[in-house]
Amino acid sequence: MNTDAITLTIDGKKIEARRGDTILEAADRAGVYVPRLCWMKDLLPAGGCRVCTVRVNGRPQAACTQPVAPGMVIENDTEELRELRRDLIDMLFVEGNHFCMFCEKSGNCELQALAYRFGITAPKYPYLFPQRGVDASHPDVMIDGNRCVLCGRCVRASRALDGKHVFGFTGRGPGKRLAVNGPNLAATDVAAPDRAVAACPTGTLLVKRVGYKVPVGRRLYDHSPIGSEIEPQTPGK
Amino acid sequence: MSASLQDAVAPVCESFGRDRTRLLDILLAVQQRLGGIDDRAIDAVAAELAIPRVDVAGVVSFYSFLAPGPRGRTVIRLCNDLPDLMMGAEKVAAGLEEELGIRFGETTPDGRFTLEWASCIGMSDQAPAALFDDVVVPSLTPGTARRLVAELRRQGDAGDLRRVLVREYGDGANAHDLVRASVKNNLRRAGEVIFAPMEAGAGLGKALAMSPAEVIREVKTARLRGRGGAGFPTGMKWEFVRAADGPQRYLICNADEGEPGTFKDRVILTERPDLLFEGMTIAGYAIGAAHGILYLRGEYAYLRDYLEHVLAARREKGLLGKAVCGKAGFSFDIRIQMGAGAYVCGEETALISSCEGLRGDPKNRPPFPAQRGYLGHPTSVNNVETLCCVPRILQMGSGWFASMGSRRSTGTKLLSISGDCTRRGVFELPLGTTLREVLAQCGGEDAVAVQVGGPSGKLVGPDAFDREICFDDLATGGALVVFGPGRDPLWVASQYMAFFIHESCGYCTPCRVGNVLLKERIDRILAGNGEPDDLDYLARLGASVKTASRCGLGQTSPNPVLSTLENFRPAYEARLKPPVDGRQPGFDIAAKLAESQRLTGRKSVHFDA
Ligand SMILES: Cc1cc2nc3c(=O)[nH]c(=O)nc-3n(C[C@H](O)[C@H](O)[C@H](O)COP(=O)(O)O)c2cc1C
Ligand code: SF4
Ligand code: FES
Repeated sequence: MNTDAITLTIDGKKIEARRGDTILEAADRAGVYVPRLCWMKDLLPAGGCRVCTVRVNGRPQAACTQPVAPGMVIENDTEELRELRRDLIDMLFVEGNHFCMFCEKSGNCELQALAYRFGITAPKYPYLFPQRGVDASHPDVMIDGNRCVLCGRCVRASRALDGKHVFGFTGRGPGKRLAVNGPNLAATDVAAPDRAVAACPTGTLLVKRVGYKVPVGRRLYDHSPIGSEIEPQTPGK
Repeated sequence: MSASLQDAVAPVCESFGRDRTRLLDILLAVQQRLGGIDDRAIDAVAAELAIPRVDVAGVVSFYSFLAPGPRGRTVIRLCNDLPDLMMGAEKVAAGLEEELGIRFGETTPDGRFTLEWASCIGMSDQAPAALFDDVVVPSLTPGTARRLVAELRRQGDAGDLRRVLVREYGDGANAHDLVRASVKNNLRRAGEVIFAPMEAGAGLGKALAMSPAEVIREVKTARLRGRGGAGFPTGMKWEFVRAADGPQRYLICNADEGEPGTFKDRVILTERPDLLFEGMTIAGYAIGAAHGILYLRGEYAYLRDYLEHVLAARREKGLLGKAVCGKAGFSFDIRIQMGAGAYVCGEETALISSCEGLRGDPKNRPPFPAQRGYLGHPTSVNNVETLCCVPRILQMGSGWFASMGSRRSTGTKLLSISGDCTRRGVFELPLGTTLREVLAQCGGEDAVAVQVGGPSGKLVGPDAFDREICFDDLATGGALVVFGPGRDPLWVASQYMAFFIHESCGYCTPCRVGNVLLKERIDRILAGNGEPDDLDYLARLGASVKTASRCGLGQTSPNPVLSTLENFRPAYEARLKPPVDGRQPGFDIAAKLAESQRLTGRKSVHFDA
């Protein structure tokens, strides 16, 4: 028997995990989708969006940062946690200025896809209408700050995968903003093929002149909801 | 200009060995020389340290006491905590604005003064209080505030601010040559542990005669629990750190004291610094650390020279440095890390980030600081008061300590008491004392409500006054704010939410956004536009923020709302408007249209205000 293998349960289902896995990684391997937003493959987890919150032996924990331990009893797809995640997604919507109908990321946007998966048609919180800018200074890449969810995926990807440091954060609390390593994006060494640009889950970081290339009907989430890439295909579901 | 910029930045970076982890100190020093840290200064620091400029900008914009733009040569920060507002801070604010001819957030045209609000500066017992740069000016009135500004103008830039601002020294070490502050200790009651007459060195001597494991056992037998708020058993924390692998270990003393209404550590730092440093030294010995850091909140910068002097004297006497007290193999020294105005940095992992020269974001756990803390080394973070208990436990014995207080909450606790009571100040009382007894001692018998444990604690009413102050009942890091008749629980909740919005680090969604939403709804109810459904909305939203937040800040920030909803529900209900004909009574269409009417210059036919 593999001594590195441990067992735990998610929503009553026994799964095998490897020591050193996070709960999210173990769940992925077992075909259990834990909703997530700031997590991205190949990057260290940030634990910022909190969409992946699960209960571990009753205690709330971020699945993307919490390592597995033998015998953990994990709640994931419960009404309480679905409600909690809906609240968090709602918060992200009202915190920014999101207008899906004008956004070229529509259909490929993880925030939008999460909202659909959770059955959100309109947020229950009042819009905060923040003042955020657009930076179109760079010839190939642009930033629409209105759509940023502060997940930090670009910040981490630029450093860990591109060997650059194009992005960072300034400010704190509700004043926290995505920032670039220079007076504007044109002054940085960002390039359209950077993994950091592709890392953006929303329409904040965009490569210019390719919008709407993928026609409606063939976009990422047109046919199956976000998370279905992890869940085993159960026909009829 | 750029030469002077280089002259300011390069030597500062040089003096910190171009060490990126000392970025906070570097920026504080650069700001002192340049007045502010503008884009060019950010570029220069980034170039000197060979780090991305966005990282420098990220740090500058995180801390309240670092300013991206140019500021006045003197920055006036008026404290906006509740005790200050209750004692007339808004009138003082109006006086300052009038005298200076500017609003809050602005700088005078001559570049002499900047006026800002500050979160609690640790002077709630002598409110309203302000900081003029590092100089504390307590017990302000609109008249004195205006007079002081006028006199500073007359004096010009050159002079020592204190010559004008400090009329009379406070008691004890506040009058020390290196402090010269008008701050008063207001030590109302000295107890057996912290403020009892102490025999210097007695505890340290005993500790060094024991093995580290024996010291830890003694602290465990005393059942000492952390005084910073969480009440974690200190001996157990030290055992974890001692057991962790690593070539080095660190001891950090948390003197951030940011919880509004708390000021007891200020009095310890003023009157018992040797007891604290002795406690840190014993802790270093127990966990096997050679380095200690005192994280001193920026608001207490006026104590820094004095504390450095106490440290120097201890080095001189062989109480710090190589072979402490002649004990072969035990070296220990302490450096002071200044904070820069960020409440979240009191949270132990954010505090470590801050010591590392980063934005004060908390870190993901695991790993816990005891496993991998400061610069990746096993680290124990302990509160000032906790560390001060340690030499006394060693000196007098764990049995003596455990005989005070209650079974699970041993020893005494320092309480910082302010608000509507006659004897504001610090009280050292045995844990387990009832709130009623505390109110009797501080002259707060009229209280209709007491905030126990600061904004992250709870607002309780008279039905809770027979409960005990201890870890298992009414837990508190030390702050008690007394509210007398006529104070409004919703106002309290709204003000405290403003504090949390200002102090959230913004890393995680629920705290960054949820606190703003909580305040929006409280304010709507305060304005008389609340609806019955709003109470359920607040309760659910508050619960989500608590459950999903990443650190203790967001896990407790809804408490002002949730505890007032629980304990003062009638204050909410009295303000709600039930819907009529299914319409939203809280929706004020005239107000909503006002801006567009102003912009278009036209009036609405149907909804003319
Ligand atoms: C937002 C926040 C602020 C805190 N501020 C302080 C503080 O100012 N001083 C302090 O000692 N502990 C503070 N704490 C608690 C620390 O995280 C930590 O538990 C404490 O310093 C440990 O020391 P102790 O065990 O001696 O209490 C804070 C916690 C949070 C979540
Ligand atoms: S709860 Fe989240 S946003 Fe709030 S201070 Fe902690 S990490 Fe930062
Ligand atoms: S995916 Fe875990 S916190 Fe964002």
